[in-house]
Amino acid sequence: MGHHITVESEQYIFKAETKKKLFILIAAGLVLFAIGVFMAMTSDHGGHEGHAAISKTEMLANAEPAQVGHAEGEHHGSANWVKRIYTSLWMNNIYFVGLGIVGLFFVCIQYAAQAGWSSGLKRVPLAMGRWIPIAALLTIGLWFLVKGDLFHWTHHDVYEGATADKILTKKSPYFFWPLHAGSFPLFYFVRMVLFFGLWYWFFLAIKKKMEAEDLDGSTIHWYKSRSLSAWFLVFFGVSSSIAAWDWVMSIDAHWFSTMFGWYVFASWWVSGLAFIVYVVVKLKEAGYLKIVNSNHLHDLGKFCFAFSVFWTYIWFSQFLLIYYANIPEETVYFIERMRVAPYNWIFYLNLFLNFVFPFLLLMTRDAKRHMSMLKVVAPIIMIGHWFDFYNMITPGVMQYGGGFGLLEIGLFMIFLGAFVYVVLNGLSKLPLVGKNHPMLQESLHHHI
Amino acid sequence: METNKNFIVGIFDDEDILLEGVEKVRDKGVKIHEVYTPFPVHGLDEALGYKRSRLPIAAFLFGLTGTSLALTMQIWMLGIDWPMIIGGKNFVSLPPFIPVTFELTVLLAALGMVATFMIVSDLKPYKWPRQFDLRSTDDKHVMAIDLAINANLSSDDIKRILKEAGASEANDKNFE
Repeated sequence: MGHHITVESEQYIFKAETKKKLFILIAAGLVLFAIGVFMAMTSDHGGHEGHAAISKTEMLANAEPAQVGHAEGEHHGSANWVKRIYTSLWMNNIYFVGLGIVGLFFVCIQYAAQAGWSSGLKRVPLAMGRWIPIAALLTIGLWFLVKGDLFHWTHHDVYEGATADKILTKKSPYFFWPLHAGSFPLFYFVRMVLFFGLWYWFFLAIKKKMEAEDLDGSTIHWYKSRSLSAWFLVFFGVSSSIAAWDWVMSIDAHWFSTMFGWYVFASWWVSGLAFIVYVVVKLKEAGYLKIVNSNHLHDLGKFCFAFSVFWTYIWFSQFLLIYYANIPEETVYFIERMRVAPYNWIFYLNLFLNFVFPFLLLMTRDAKRHMSMLKVVAPIIMIGHWFDFYNMITPGVMQYGGGFGLLEIGLFMIFLGAFVYVVLNGLSKLPLVGKNHPMLQESLHHHI
Repeated sequence: METNKNFIVGIFDDEDILLEGVEKVRDKGVKIHEVYTPFPVHGLDEALGYKRSRLPIAAFLFGLTGTSLALTMQIWMLGIDWPMIIGGKNFVSLPPFIPVTFELTVLLAALGMVATFMIVSDLKPYKWPRQFDLRSTDDKHVMAIDLAINANLSSDDIKRILKEAGASEANDKNFE
């Protein structure tokens, strides 16, 4: 390498002004959420019966497979507006679980691939990993709150008597093993705890290595991080898929798709990338991350572009196979999502926000290199994938009684505010640039 | 391009010296014909003042051609010329057309881009490229300067400028 570039040490300061903005976001979210809940409660008493009647006939016309009489959520469910809150809480939580874990995933990919270009901006995705312990508590806590309404398979009576659900009985060991079907889903619960536990353990281990590298500058930490990352990637490959089945696909417990694990992963991954891009751009605008230039932004932009296309590929593969085979057990999933508002407009909006916009807007080289364009596209992708999760989770729970309004938007703002707060707070705890990263010079000379 | 025969060839040992050299030579008002390097040198395009390649535009247009060709073909075949019921779907149903459309888009974009590149770069079968100095395939960076274009400067001037810019050698090269 020709010449050595010296790096100034940088420390992100989490200003009171930024905190205030986030609190305003959360407060505004709370207000909108409260109004949304109130609106949902009042509309629940009104046209609910009529609407439900239409929905029911339509559902029958759409040939709900086998268990027509057993439509999910029909027995001992909460009121419609309560279910709406539960659904929205769960989907926001799952979305932000993804953002947190993708931060760690990004860091690990960089280590495992021995990538040099990203060494100046790795602290941003690392800070996202700080959401993992909070996500763990939220997921486990929320699961106990919402399981009766979201997860049809948790009810013991679907496994009992003459009307026992044959499909769910066959699937029950996956949830309840080694206990009997209808009791506590031990296997499911252990998986949940194990995934979060190990993800958090890997996060702490890699963070510790980074901190040690800052202090003594030895390259041994890089080598250790690399092997930790490789193990994490193997574990994540399995756990992200299983998490997707457990937490999202099991809502539609009769239905299954072999693409689903990848689908959820793709959605998490690209929204995480968009978040990284957005934070990096904002930090640069605030005068931080001087060592990140348009070449690094170009690479991040390519990541967003490529994985938007990857997500579309997975989306389409799942859709085309089900569309073409035309098996009622499978098509019911899409019929639910394509026929009735708000799922139908979200279904098409999803494709525009997550494929058409990123594809066209990020296609040119200049778009990926300029902060002004990345700043527009990154939020589009993030919001688009939030809608994606909405449509993965809501229809299965709410059937044709689902809604989209201030309730959902308010909760998203609350979660977003909390998540950004945790990330920025984490960012301020460590130096913004790992000065002793062995590949920092490569990153400084990065040129594409 | 092929008609010019008389060149001055500057040899550079190091890519950093080359990059600075390119700027120094251009500052003196010398127009550089081309620089040959044994490996890609980052920043050389900018130093030589090359404009961005328009190849992506060609690729996009070829891709667009592929998309419309594929859709037209399938809609005409399966919707107009020979309608057949397949799997109970409409004659013209978009989802099963997408894989073919995607493939033809990629195929035409790729082939079109390669063809465009070869035409623009004047690469064709049996073409024997000019070798200004064979060491450019080994370990030297070679800067070729066309005497006919730089008619206001004598060959000695150019050699002096090259040496000042850091060239280890400056040689005459004539093609017959």
